[in-house]
Amino acid sequence: MILRLAIAVTLGLARMAQADVAVTMAYLHVEQPLPPTLSNLDPLPGDLGLAGVRTGIADNATTGRFLGQTYALIDGHVAEGEDPLAAAKILLQDTKFLILNAAPEIILQIADLPEARDALLFNISSGNVALRDDACRANLLHALPSVAMRTDALAQVLVQKRWTDLAMIVGGHPQDEAYAAAMRASLVKFGLKPGPEKQWLFDADMRRNAAQEVPLFTQELGDYDALIVADELHDFGRYVLYNTWAARPVVGSEGLTAVTWDRVIEQWGAAQLQSRFEEESQRPMASEDYAGWAAARTVGEAVTRANTGDVGAVRAYILSDDFELAGFKGRPLTYRTWNGQLRQPIAIVHPRALVEQAPLEGFLHRVNELDTLGLDQPESKCEAFQ
Amino acid sequence: MNKSLTKLLSLIVPLALAAPVTAGEIWVTNEKDDTVSVIDTDTLEVIQTYPTGERPRGITFSKDFTRLYICASDSDSVQVMDPNTGEILRDLPSGEDPEQFVLHPDDIHLYIANEDDAITTVVNTQTGEVVAQIDVGVEPEGMAVSPDGKIAITTSETTNMAHWINTETNELFANTLVDSRPRHAEFAKQGTEMWVSSEIGGTLTVFDTATQTEKGKIEFEVQGVHPDRVQPVGFEFTPDYGTVFVALGPSNHIAAVNAETYEVEEYILVGRRVWHMEFNEDHSQLFTTNGVSGDVTVIDVASRKAVKTIKVGRFPWGAAFRP
Repeated sequence: MILRLAIAVTLGLARMAQADVAVTMAYLHVEQPLPPTLSNLDPLPGDLGLAGVRTGIADNATTGRFLGQTYALIDGHVAEGEDPLAAAKILLQDTKFLILNAAPEIILQIADLPEARDALLFNISSGNVALRDDACRANLLHALPSVAMRTDALAQVLVQKRWTDLAMIVGGHPQDEAYAAAMRASLVKFGLKPGPEKQWLFDADMRRNAAQEVPLFTQELGDYDALIVADELHDFGRYVLYNTWAARPVVGSEGLTAVTWDRVIEQWGAAQLQSRFEEESQRPMASEDYAGWAAARTVGEAVTRANTGDVGAVRAYILSDDFELAGFKGRPLTYRTWNGQLRQPIAIVHPRALVEQAPLEGFLHRVNELDTLGLDQPESKCEAFQ
Repeated sequence: MNKSLTKLLSLIVPLALAAPVTAGEIWVTNEKDDTVSVIDTDTLEVIQTYPTGERPRGITFSKDFTRLYICASDSDSVQVMDPNTGEILRDLPSGEDPEQFVLHPDDIHLYIANEDDAITTVVNTQTGEVVAQIDVGVEPEGMAVSPDGKIAITTSETTNMAHWINTETNELFANTLVDSRPRHAEFAKQGTEMWVSSEIGGTLTVFDTATQTEKGKIEFEVQGVHPDRVQPVGFEFTPDYGTVFVALGPSNHIAAVNAETYEVEEYILVGRRVWHMEFNEDHSQLFTTNGVSGDVTVIDVASRKAVKTIKVGRFPWGAAFRP
């Protein structure tokens, strides 16, 4: 395991009559095996997630210097084959705030460590719905939206555009099937009917053959208003666009997509966050980066407002009515008190522009329209937060 | 005879002869058109559009209205324009990404919020020199200066603070937390109060200037609009400080608030995502910049009704008046 300690800037500008608070946060990246994809165009950055955490810590530190609060980040990396639990234990000796970039099953194992019992963990990598449902943990918050939040957002767009006849292509990875399952549930939730589906089974190199193979592959789906692609690893989806038998829009993992964050978001002051991030990281901010930023800022905001670095007090503040995070999404972000999910708008984008932001107008909710996205309180089977 | 009348006479004689002597202009920056639109406050029409640097936002006149200062955010400069010709006279150094600024009562020093740099830059507009750069919180935006010129304020959007600057030393002497995403600051009532709007917090906070402590908070409730979308941004006081008009962003309303009791008296429907505003000369009309709908709403201050919508450039942002 590689561990790095980066102490964020702390200047002696504290002029407010508040006690000094020193907060150390840890970030743990547990490398996951990456299946090969057809295109090599978009390699995943090595600092995906971490770069966002760094921006968040820097934001916290700038605020903290006026309040006598300092922030430090320990960043840990576990390569494939190494023991993530041992790494987590080491980090938890130094801090009770741990940001996790790992597979959902690893996240759960870490959350269940005795050392993590009184810690506060943030999931910034997994949209797994069960983590927010019956597998939820009281010490685990989710800065990244669940897959269901994203498919609900897309379903709202389908309803609004009256794209009601739908077909779906599902990739062969478990993440693709999870996305497809969430999509089916979202369609039903918003009164749409799931349509015909096909499994993507090709192993041909589509950079050569897309124009010939995809029309035939999609011909069998008949006519539809929109084609949903469940391809969360971005393996084949890019070759489906403009190659379908019927000239119809592609939505889902490719084409019109529902995302946590994207470089095309510039409203609501987002341009400032984007440029701050790009300057520090030399690349555009991705969804995992945004979740990392939000996790770090969540702790910073609570520490600032509650003026304490005590993990119990910080967790209580985060889950209280007083907490709100200005997250460049046009609304205050808060946490769902029933499962620890960060409540947030979902961007509907294509590669060059923001199309809409869910919840869309007209999708009402008795408490908060943001709760039309993802698991709402009545349907949540999470009991750990009660 | 004032300068704008001279200009009107020289340019369009028939109209100028018909215009009443109260003629004035509202200058509006169009953030995504790189222009300023000039609105005649009598005819309520756009009479000029001048090109500016990239992403113009903050806008203010010198005391004698012979120079117009424009924050050209993406050009990383404050531009000085001759308002009689639209010519850019010079670019002042401003630090990176200047968003808003305020002109000190000495008519010389500009206090500029550098949004991307967490810095407030002080520039001497006569020498073009940077006098000081002051470290503030993340994404500084709102700028204000007290009527006696002794205190300047910067609000930082992500740090959620009002930073109090001693203008003699150009050092911070206090930092006060406010609600999320503070956007705009103004001194009121001979400088005894300092007001800050918080966009995401949805509030206006009133500070006692002498002690820098909070003395009141104003919340808003627009019927039929979710509280999350009621987002206070710019605000302006009537000259007697009896009323403050508050732009409520994507709720598309302006609130008229009693500045004594802090009660909201009225909500006025305007264009989409209303940012900032400016009065005409006798304060009978209020002009609001509506970012998303690309227009300016004219409000009759006495009746508190919107009377006209004027199309300007794309994403109008700041507004300034000159006689």
